[in-house]
Amino acid sequence: MSDDSTHGHPTLSAYFGVFAALMLLTALTVWAAFQHLGIWNTPVALAIAVTKAILVALIFMHLRYSARLTAIVVVASVAWLAILILITASDYLTRSWVPIYQR
Amino acid sequence: MAEAARALAHEGPPELQHHFENLAAQKEAVSLGMWAFLVTEVLFFGGMFTAYVIYRESYRAAFEGASNLLDIRLGAFNTAVLILSSLTMALAVRAASLGDRRRIVPFLSLTMLLGTVFLGVKVVEYAQKFEHHEVPGPHFLVPHGLPPQSEMFFSLYFCMTGLHALHMIIGIGLLTWLVRRARRGDFSERYNSPVEMVGLYWHFVDIVWIFLFPLLYLLGRHTL
Repeated sequence: MSDDSTHGHPTLSAYFGVFAALMLLTALTVWAAFQHLGIWNTPVALAIAVTKAILVALIFMHLRYSARLTAIVVVASVAWLAILILITASDYLTRSWVPIYQR
Repeated sequence: MAEAARALAHEGPPELQHHFENLAAQKEAVSLGMWAFLVTEVLFFGGMFTAYVIYRESYRAAFEGASNLLDIRLGAFNTAVLILSSLTMALAVRAASLGDRRRIVPFLSLTMLLGTVFLGVKVVEYAQKFEHHEVPGPHFLVPHGLPPQSEMFFSLYFCMTGLHALHMIIGIGLLTWLVRRARRGDFSERYNSPVEMVGLYWHFVDIVWIFLFPLLYLLGRHTL
């Protein structure tokens, strides 16, 4: 895919390929949402969304062709987001484990 | 070295700011700055996603039931519209980077049009919510058969999609500015950073929707 990267940009076919993949994944996530997957409905939906986001970032946003420092900044943002969500969740979602806080 | 001296003497190309050694360094700094801004945006939206995770886990039935009241067809249609707009935006950035001036304006305009279609659909969806008294506040009526916490779902729905729509409106404003500049002939193979940076912003807003769509529209469908 990086053969046309003289300007650090993806080829035309890469853009259309990503577009097709995003449309297909959208159809897939709608279909999957109606299946009875038990506890797996949300993980599947999130996995598809993360895949789509990575495709957009790598090709549409040229992350694949960007400086390494840019990639570090992006990974750091995901790390901070994970801290925000995981540590908050580790408090709220475990309160019922402690008898004194049970509602 | 010669380039550095030229830059210091303000003799570089007109699009080169004097504090950069060359255009490549300037481009990298611009891009890094934009990504740093997008990181703050990730955390800005991240606060709402965190609230969503906590309340959804606390009031699962209310969230699933309320989510099923959203129109999945309009949501899926808007997802497709936004993905298509990301493609046209990417093509506009490509045209700008190749110095293909004739194609920049059409692709930017197409992106604006698709963004407007997205917002139009959103207006229809919001109007339906007002009609059905599903907007949190004094006129909210708890939907039939749902726990009262479904109001919390709609609060988050309006906050998250509202903030996203605000970003779309700002994006369309930025595109208007780009179209004006592109018409004036500002962008070339050497200088096209504004197009590329607005492109990054537009794709980021698309990514936010890529997460909002399953989290808001699809979470309870398997219970139907």
